[in-house]
Amino acid sequence: MEAVEIREHLDARGLSCPMPIVKTAQAIKTLASGEFIEVLATDPGSVKDFAAWSRSTGNELVEQSVDGAVHRFVIRRK
Amino acid sequence: MTTPTLELPVTPVDPLARAIAAVGGPDTAPERELEGSVRTKELVIINWSGELDKIWPVLILSSTAAASGVRCKVFVTFWGLLPFVKDQKRIIGENWMQKMLTLMQRPGIDHLKLSKMNFLGMGPWMMGSLRKKYNVASPRELLGAATAMGVEFIPCQMTMDMFGLKREDLIDEMGEPAGAATAIEIMTEADASLFI
Repeated sequence: MEAVEIREHLDARGLSCPMPIVKTAQAIKTLASGEFIEVLATDPGSVKDFAAWSRSTGNELVEQSVDGAVHRFVIRRK
Repeated sequence: MTTPTLELPVTPVDPLARAIAAVGGPDTAPERELEGSVRTKELVIINWSGELDKIWPVLILSSTAAASGVRCKVFVTFWGLLPFVKDQKRIIGENWMQKMLTLMQRPGIDHLKLSKMNFLGMGPWMMGSLRKKYNVASPRELLGAATAMGVEFIPCQMTMDMFGLKREDLIDEMGEPAGAATAIEIMTEADASLFI
């Protein structure tokens, strides 16, 4: 996958549902369309939740990885 | 010069209307119209209970709906109204019965009981400890997020009258009080509605 330029970083580690999603939704508003945000989360439910959230909002989940207990999501604003 | 004709979207109300619309060819097929529509989905929650274990899902679902681009309205009625009373208010009402009510059930978002295993406050205290241990957002934090993201909280006028609550007793973020007809209208227009 080609490298993307991350505009915003959000550390949602340690937060429980629904705060990683709620904070991502608030943070993504600061981005222009097409820009990328990186989110780190430790909530295991966030894997399914970020996929669902991307489907409902139309923002694109372009990258997803896990390092130990930390999930990393890269999302492109619609 | 020809004036462009305005094409109204075909709303498939019944199979017959669908069939008629489909005759127009693939360009006017209802599926195509629906696919292209940008109508915002809507969730309505009737918040009736007012206990910690009921307020929590109401606030989690409403804030997540707003975060997911789903318009969310919460009709706040009966016991559900007391958590939306301002912090500094303690005993409210015009007569002893109304005052008694808020004396027995302290209003405000930080003073919620559990619907089961309350044990004179032991239950909520333990739930609060667990919440902090697992870093779960409190009802207060969630309420802040929900209102900041545009969740509309509509207080029930009839309950306000009966409990002796005035608009200024309720938090400023609440919308204008309304009644059952408003609740019915928003519920029937919504894509999903819940009674919690």
